[in-house]
Amino acid sequence: MNLTLKIWRQKNNSDKGGFKEYKIGGISKDMSFLEMLDVLNEELSEKGEDPVHFDHDCREGICGMCSLYINGKPHGPQQTTTCQLHMRSFNDGETITIEPWRAKAFPVMKDLVVDRSAFDRIIQAGGYVSVNTGGVPDANEIPIPKTLADQAMDAAQCIGCGACVAACKNASAMLFTSAKISQLALLPQGQVERKRRAEQMVAQMDAEGFGACTNTGACEAECPKSISITNIARMNREYFTAVVSSNNL
Amino acid sequence: MSWVSKTLSSTLGKKLIMALTGLFLILFLIGHVSGNTLLFKNDGGEAFNIYAKFMTTNPAVKLLSYITYISVLAHVVYSIILTKSNKTARPIGYAISKSETNSAWSSRNMGVLGTIVLIFIVIHLQGFWYKMHWGNLPMVEYNGEQYKDLFAIVQFAFQQEWLVALYVLSMVFLGFHLSHGFSSAFQTLGLNHVKYSPAIKKIGLAFSIIVPALFASMPLYIYFMY
Ligand code: SF4
Ligand code: FES
Repeated sequence: MNLTLKIWRQKNNSDKGGFKEYKIGGISKDMSFLEMLDVLNEELSEKGEDPVHFDHDCREGICGMCSLYINGKPHGPQQTTTCQLHMRSFNDGETITIEPWRAKAFPVMKDLVVDRSAFDRIIQAGGYVSVNTGGVPDANEIPIPKTLADQAMDAAQCIGCGACVAACKNASAMLFTSAKISQLALLPQGQVERKRRAEQMVAQMDAEGFGACTNTGACEAECPKSISITNIARMNREYFTAVVSSNNL
Repeated sequence: MSWVSKTLSSTLGKKLIMALTGLFLILFLIGHVSGNTLLFKNDGGEAFNIYAKFMTTNPAVKLLSYITYISVLAHVVYSIILTKSNKTARPIGYAISKSETNSAWSSRNMGVLGTIVLIFIVIHLQGFWYKMHWGNLPMVEYNGEQYKDLFAIVQFAFQQEWLVALYVLSMVFLGFHLSHGFSSAFQTLGLNHVKYSPAIKKIGLAFSIIVPALFASMPLYIYFMY
């Protein structure tokens, strides 16, 4: 395959940045999208140019590190992570535009790399549970109905990639935050901090400067882990119940 | 900051205000459209004029009307606040965005649709509501009691093609606004459940077609019948 790549290049956080075009040839349809970028970077390095910086880690679709806004969609044309996207989803001779996630809360660090530590701070604000110290507890000691366990597991699928924020016209982080609140609120282990969690994680989400959800559903349509917006409704319930009943004045 | 103001200034609190005022305005639309069907009664406007007098003098209706004004105002003010903060949440936009592949057009353009509806409301209030309250209306007498002849004003107004066209077109925009707003309000309130959400979606869609269509049929009826 021969391709034209229009890639966002930006030296650092304070640089203005802009698109740069690259021609690339000899790309196999079976390559992953990131392997295609590896080929480009090798060529750039050989020419003594600065390679394109992008985030990635597991390349198995489980860590949530890869990002990239490809041809107008987060993680590209398929509902998967960028690392699981393959070149067969593109046509020979196509121009592919690659941009970083765009959100005030996700500042661009370099080229396509954005700082997603805002998500970490949302988790730190309440995405944890209290556990007993002492001996190792028995497995399945706490009975959990299968339906609840399934719902919690569905919410726990979220890998924190940020595609929901990238897709949302309001750069809202509500799909992510709601998945994290849900996975714990649904389980018996999550009850101790339940109210505080909802209040604090929502407050942190707002403090980070993410937008407010307008229920367009773009996040759920683009989420590589198919996190449902029923989680957002649950977060709203959790939050409204918490603010009217917690002791937190 | 008290917990109430803290909650209402959070993103979820502001969304809650949008949802509650929106739902109240949906209730208002039901009342408004049902009452106005009296326009279809072939009695020279008698039933409509009696109804109009009741609506402007009954104290309970007065209270409801004040809640309606407040709801419109809050809905508009909070939409501006939310739109502003949502815009600042993404200072630099995308060069290419295929948002049409992941969401409905109306859901992404609620601000534009709402603005059009608001402009319509201003024109509409100025044309009828203002005249009914403070205008110099001709009087009619039914069973010895004096009534303002609002029906005559309505009849006169909808002899003008451009006004009829404006009303019909505005109702199309209202329909699109409702097609997202109705179910969106329930989602914001946290009411999303496999058992009843599909029904809410269907009712919302039906509502957003039937109610604006009924409203639009009124100027059309007057225009063609009188
Ligand atoms: S909800 Fe989906 S899109 Fe958002 S961070 Fe989690 S996995 Fe990524
Ligand atoms: S690199 Fe880990 S999910 Fe894509």
